[in-house]
Amino acid sequence: MTLSGLEIFKLLPKTNCTECGVPTCMAFAMKLAQKKADLSECPYASDEAKAALGAAGKPPIRLVKIGVGARAFEAGNETVMFRHEKTFFHQTGIAVQLKASESEEQLLSKIREIETYTVERVGERLKADLLFLSSDSDAPDDKEAFQKLVGMAKEHSTKGIILDCAEIESLEAGLEILKADRPAVYVRKEVSEEVFKLSKAYNAPLVLTATSFESLENQTVKAMKAGVEDLLLNMEAPDLGMQFQNNTILRRSALKKNFEPFGYPLLTIIEAENGMDLLAKASVGLCKYASIIVLPRYEKAMLYTLFTLRQNIFTDPQKPIQVEPKLYAIGDPTPESPVFLTTNFSLTFFLVSGEIENSGTSAHLV
Amino acid sequence: MGFEVPAEKNPGTIAEVTIGATPAQGGTRSNAITIGGSTALPFLFFEGKHPHRPALAMEVFDKVPSKYPGPLQDYYADVINDPGEMARKCVEQYGAELISVRLEGTHPEKGDRSADEAVDVVKQVLESIQVPLIISGHSHYEKINKVMTRVCEAAAGENCLINYVETENYKTIAAACMAYNHNIVAQSPIDVNMAKQLNILLTDMNFPRDRIVIDPLTGALGYGLEYTYSIMERIRIDGLSGDPMLAFPMIINPGYESSRVKENRVSEEEYPDWGDQELRSAYWEIATAMSLLTAGSELLVLYHPKAMDVVRKNLDELYGAESGN
Ligand code: B12
Ligand code: SF4
Repeated sequence: MTLSGLEIFKLLPKTNCTECGVPTCMAFAMKLAQKKADLSECPYASDEAKAALGAAGKPPIRLVKIGVGARAFEAGNETVMFRHEKTFFHQTGIAVQLKASESEEQLLSKIREIETYTVERVGERLKADLLFLSSDSDAPDDKEAFQKLVGMAKEHSTKGIILDCAEIESLEAGLEILKADRPAVYVRKEVSEEVFKLSKAYNAPLVLTATSFESLENQTVKAMKAGVEDLLLNMEAPDLGMQFQNNTILRRSALKKNFEPFGYPLLTIIEAENGMDLLAKASVGLCKYASIIVLPRYEKAMLYTLFTLRQNIFTDPQKPIQVEPKLYAIGDPTPESPVFLTTNFSLTFFLVSGEIENSGTSAHLV
Repeated sequence: MGFEVPAEKNPGTIAEVTIGATPAQGGTRSNAITIGGSTALPFLFFEGKHPHRPALAMEVFDKVPSKYPGPLQDYYADVINDPGEMARKCVEQYGAELISVRLEGTHPEKGDRSADEAVDVVKQVLESIQVPLIISGHSHYEKINKVMTRVCEAAAGENCLINYVETENYKTIAAACMAYNHNIVAQSPIDVNMAKQLNILLTDMNFPRDRIVIDPLTGALGYGLEYTYSIMERIRIDGLSGDPMLAFPMIINPGYESSRVKENRVSEEEYPDWGDQELRSAYWEIATAMSLLTAGSELLVLYHPKAMDVVRKNLDELYGAESGN
């Protein structure tokens, strides 16, 4: 059951103290009604308000934060199935997988490359968001190699971090290195009490993995009971078709049915035969509901293509990217320089200004 | 409250359109291809039917486009000036299910080739391959009307897809399609209302419903893709919700549009941050095609052999056995 903004307002303290981040209790009530805020953001909410709002007060897809400071990455808080209905709020995080079995030298050069790789497109700086650090030795983790990888990522990268290992000891060691950095933890198997404990101790969001909706529901309910609030969901599927349908079902359950156990952002590990296949599957994941995609391999052309797709899909359809309509100087124009006329859609503007720059002429652009 | 699959039922069904005709059906094709017929959003098999897999076409030219990019030359250099041989390569080597013959060279500013020459090219392609044909034109109304009328007549019986008509120019070509039993592409500039309007105009002149394919106009990745993507989703949602004037299959052109963009034409030396040009060329087309497949396209015209390969593989997965089909 959903409450209107006014009904929610009646339950709030009405002191307009602004601690929730908006100027008035009324404004906060409106945000709650639109499911764009969480009641816990008001420190003074009464127990009565909490009870009355209950599930209705929570956003249907929880906002989950990975990393702090420069590493911070946010996922979730989505409210629509289709971008034309409003917009998608948090763009898909692009995570690159690094495997502990690779040589130190290789890992370091990859970490550095991902760290410094940014591309400018239509006036925006595009980059990868996360590192997905995997312990990939058979059965027992190579704990030492994993620790070394985590240490390198901490030292040489400012990306958010997701830890992926088989054993609890390696996980704890990794979390200890990143104590203050709020990494996320990818849980390969059915989740356990020990993992909940670590998650709470280190304030680390958990990525739950399942191959069926039942198992996923069980695990999220357990996690919620154990008091772990920040979750991401990963439904493993045998092929792209199932992946696509699963993600749609999870998103729809959260938004249309207010089904709490699935009210979390989704993470998809892209498994593919080669780079082309990877790109095709990543494109579909990015369009259809993955809040994070994990790429087992990468090169620049692939990242650049995915950055561009992400920029397209996550542009707010109500306000296309535009530049301010005015006179722009390109190069060092004089009163004798040519004047070009174009539209203020950013795409067009940057294409035209780029072409003029490349031609080496100085000009005015309106 | 336990979990239940949130399946939604739609009142509408997308029209089924069949392209091509076998000898038994009065043509010379080895098979016909049907697209459309869906009762749910793309690839959602848990809530509706998708009787036909989207189809993948490739394109040949009467005159090679001036912006034809380097990475594609590598694949087609030996056949690019011979539309019949290029069509054969696309079908036999790259697995094209349909061939689009683009008659850009008949445009007065791009070669001004005659209608007779256009007919020759179409005949040549019809002879060299046996898959169904799409015949693609341009926006010089006077000339394309002349060309398409002749081509429709020459290809009578083949049940081609004539690509395309617009709101400002539909009567002549639509009449020719009706006279010689071809299907038609109704193109509108990334706009739901204009797409609907054109379909109303066509059906008002008694153009059969099961012969219309919508072209919502493709913006390539990075060049307006998001507009095409959302307009397609809106067209499909409205069509499934019961608006018969939007319940048609959709054609898109990831190959043509990607081939024109700068990302397909500049080298890594010039733009180091953009990565390898060969890869980028295929990637651009793949990302455009895959995203628009999820938005509802049933017919895609591709250029890059690697894109063809990987889009086919992933289309098989999206439409595959595991998905309950
Ligand atoms: C994406 C798109 C849109 C997007 C805009 C996204 C953007 N560009 O920012 C949206 C949906 C908003 C849009 C709206 C409209 N569009 Co529009 N759109 C397209 C589309 C599909 C792709 C354009 C594109 O970027 N292509 C990729 C680039 C690389 O290629 P390009 O177009 O050749 O661009 C190059 C040159 O044009 C040049 N250039 C552009 N401007 C200038 C200016 C100067 C001074 C110079 C030197 C060069 C230069 O630089 C570019 C890079 O090389 C084309 C159709 C198509 N597939 O081409 C239609 C198209 C351009 N649009 C068209 C129309 C009619 C419109 C609308 C008027 C529709 C309407 N009824 O509202 C509006 C007008 C919007 C506006 N205020 O400009 C027509 C134009 C017809 C014409 N020749 O007049 C086209 C050709 C579609 C068609 N066949 O009907 N559109
Ligand atoms: S924090 Fe609570 S009391 Fe303060 S303004 Fe916000 S809603 Fe009102």
